[in-house]
Amino acid sequence: MNMSIQEFLQHMANGISLGSLYALIAIGYTMVYGILRLINFAHGDIFMLGTYLTFYGIIFTPIPWYIVFILAPALTGLLGLVLERLAYKPLRESPRITVLISAIGASFLLQNLGILVFGGRPKAFPTPAILEKVLNVGGVSIAIVNFVIPIVTVILLIGLNYVIQKTKTGMAMRALSKDYETASLMGININGIISITFFIGSFLAAMGGIMWGVKYPQLMPHMGVLPGLKCFIAAVIGGIGNITGAVLGGFILGLGEILLIAFLPTLTGYRDAFAFILLIVILLLKPTGLMGEKITEKV
Amino acid sequence: MLKINNMTMRFGGVVAVNQLSMEIEKGQIVGLIGPNGAGKTTVFNVVTGVYKPTDGEVYYGENHEKISHLRPDQIAKLGICRTFQNIRLFKELSVFDNVFIGGHLRLRSGLFSSVLRLPMYNREEKEMTKKAEYLLEKVGLFEERNEKAYSLPYGMQRRLEIARALATEPRLLLLDEPAAGMNPQETQDLMEFIYNIKDEFDLTIFLIEHHMEVVMGICENIFVLDHGNLIAQGNPQEIQSNERVIEAYLGVE
Amino acid sequence: MKKISLKDNIWLKIGILVVALIGLVVINLFLDSYKVKVLNLCAIYIILGLSMNLINGFTGLFSLGHAGFMAIGAYTVAILTMPLEAKTMNYYMKPMVPFLLNLNLPFIFALLIGGLMAALFGFLIGAPVLKLTDDYLAIATLGFSEIIRIVFINLQSITNGSLGLKAIPQMTNKFIAEPLGLSSKTNLLWAWGIAILTIIFMQVLMKGSYGKAFKAIREDEIAARSMGINLFKHKVMSFTIGSFLAGIGGGLMAVHLGTIDPALFKFALTFNILLIVVLGGMGNIYGTVISAIVITVAMEALRFLDGSMNFGFFTTPALPGLRMVVFSLALMVVVIFKRDGFIRDTLEKVRGKYAKNQ
Repeated sequence: MNMSIQEFLQHMANGISLGSLYALIAIGYTMVYGILRLINFAHGDIFMLGTYLTFYGIIFTPIPWYIVFILAPALTGLLGLVLERLAYKPLRESPRITVLISAIGASFLLQNLGILVFGGRPKAFPTPAILEKVLNVGGVSIAIVNFVIPIVTVILLIGLNYVIQKTKTGMAMRALSKDYETASLMGININGIISITFFIGSFLAAMGGIMWGVKYPQLMPHMGVLPGLKCFIAAVIGGIGNITGAVLGGFILGLGEILLIAFLPTLTGYRDAFAFILLIVILLLKPTGLMGEKITEKV
Repeated sequence: MLKINNMTMRFGGVVAVNQLSMEIEKGQIVGLIGPNGAGKTTVFNVVTGVYKPTDGEVYYGENHEKISHLRPDQIAKLGICRTFQNIRLFKELSVFDNVFIGGHLRLRSGLFSSVLRLPMYNREEKEMTKKAEYLLEKVGLFEERNEKAYSLPYGMQRRLEIARALATEPRLLLLDEPAAGMNPQETQDLMEFIYNIKDEFDLTIFLIEHHMEVVMGICENIFVLDHGNLIAQGNPQEIQSNERVIEAYLGVE
Repeated sequence: MKKISLKDNIWLKIGILVVALIGLVVINLFLDSYKVKVLNLCAIYIILGLSMNLINGFTGLFSLGHAGFMAIGAYTVAILTMPLEAKTMNYYMKPMVPFLLNLNLPFIFALLIGGLMAALFGFLIGAPVLKLTDDYLAIATLGFSEIIRIVFINLQSITNGSLGLKAIPQMTNKFIAEPLGLSSKTNLLWAWGIAILTIIFMQVLMKGSYGKAFKAIREDEIAARSMGINLFKHKVMSFTIGSFLAGIGGGLMAVHLGTIDPALFKFALTFNILLIVVLGGMGNIYGTVISAIVITVAMEALRFLDGSMNFGFFTTPALPGLRMVVFSLALMVVVIFKRDGFIRDTLEKVRGKYAKNQ
């Protein structure tokens, strides 16, 4: 092992920012699963949509980029909400597998709509100049995005935590994910809460998408597939339904991936397999994830 | 036949059954009663292996074999089968198939033998079919054998569940509220039916029931649970005059 | 009085089968090679659809790992049937391991080994993941399928990595066509023969005790195990058989295409099969067969959607993606509005009418 401390710090910065992105996307999975027990297969494609919307907002409108960075996720949030209304709501009483099939259909629909509308060729993300700088801290050069990403993530997480812990909506969300039946009898507006959940999840995914675009500035209609799957895995690792767990899982996955190829470069080709192997290990050893609770089926 | 030794079942902080010890003799009809939430179905779930007890053991058979660490399918193979309180049929399958599947655990032919239709498998399948048809006659569902299970009225579904359980060739049959939702005439028929199958198949029967006329009418021995604790045990006369049982049922503090 | 019906007359069945096979040989000779290819693909998708339906529809396990098992079958068949020259031509970046380089087997053995390899992996993968339920199983099997793909990209000296394999030997009807002075095409007997065998196999299996046990597991796991059915054993059985058939389908696919690479075995391939199963009806054999044919033909027929269209007076631009938009919408519409599969319902309606007319 001959890695200088500088190199190691670079990898760490890289891993933390990747982990932040995974965390942001994983939250959407975990919130939806917590309430509906559904793997929102199309979540990765919502992430893709968010990135493309940002792209078009910057290129084709005179709106300044920092406003687009808020507007595009908001719009994506609305799209996520619409997706739920069209693809999942009609199936709320159906077996879980049926809803999952609908979600898989929605995922392919969005990808192919992406190809149809945005074109299949990759597009370059219009990164604002200010975010392209590279900082030099004591001999370690780190791209500024690797600082910005964790900071933005932390701000968003604080905001989310406030919504969930302190607002009425957040309380209703927690009630729904704890006990759907009872909560629905207590006069909670279920449809409203589910819509808000999808809005928040999609908003955060789009935020992740924007920062993803800044970090890896190449947009493709299929770009959401792999991050989507990995972030679902992150949510499972943390304990699905648990937001803190999703964040933890995101960081474990992001850091793990980067450090794996940093320390074992021969395994670079297996980078994308890492998440799946981790998933299977977790499912076999602790299926409820690191922070999940055990649920027993009633007979 | 069945011996439960100091069994406790805890879910999180809730104690569903507390240090229960009881014994069932071969050939008896034994009742398990108690108010709602007393832990009766939990006892069934532990005996049939759906739950692993938090503490204590369950023994079964002449040799007092320990079964509380076994899987439900292993326990069924040893000869313990059950019905469910909230009817669990194979809904989309035909009435015949429901009973036929009950015999699957006694099948000795392997998968290949079944797909290649080897003589051994064919013979076994013929036997299973005969047995299923016989049991359907027995419970009066032969005419309905091609209907889907879910399309049957409630009472017939209960009988179908018993037929399916009998197809597994049990020696100990657990019935979870067999008379639920039945009118007095049906209840009367059911009691005769239970006597009947007990004699014909040489069964020991362990049942949970709320209809007191059933319990008092056919059970030789009755166990009473309240809040997970065994509060009384004895023959119908003893139970009917037991203070604690009356208290538990009337809710006197 | 005994009526002669299709149901219990074995000789009538065999007769129909023989006529169908002869018909197939004739069609094979006179249809143009593109149509023969489409027909061949139909048969492959029948096998794949049935294999997924066994796992997902009949046993109620939700597996999304089909592309992975197909990849195993496809690569096994390709590697075992390619002649030495084709191999040396393919593996120019990194030489192939010598042991496999000179290995060459007749197609039928290669295909069988392909199926068995897929079954072996199905068994090894199934053993741990089949303890999981529903959606966890779905994501774990999908994960395994991706792992297989990634491993194939990296095992260059065996699979030739992302370059893939070209010039996989074709199975043609040369032996009949040439003596008759006709051009030789893909031999339909292989894929269709195996598809018919698969249909018969599925029927026999599902009518028997094991098949019924699978269905019982789908209906109610708790009741099934209380009736003495070893859930795990039966799930592994169903999964392994399904993987075997997926491997066979993959092997046939490799020969059908002549060229394979890891990108072919992405989740999109599993999606196509899922589409067939859902449209045909979960747990329905004939629904799956019809659905496989309809979807395969439609996928070909709708290829024009992705290209540009010339209406004489004006030309629409090419619209890549539109075709799959149509299919994903079809899947969602069926799931949302017709829970139990579109074709199964239609089949039952037709049967109902037929029964009334009798």
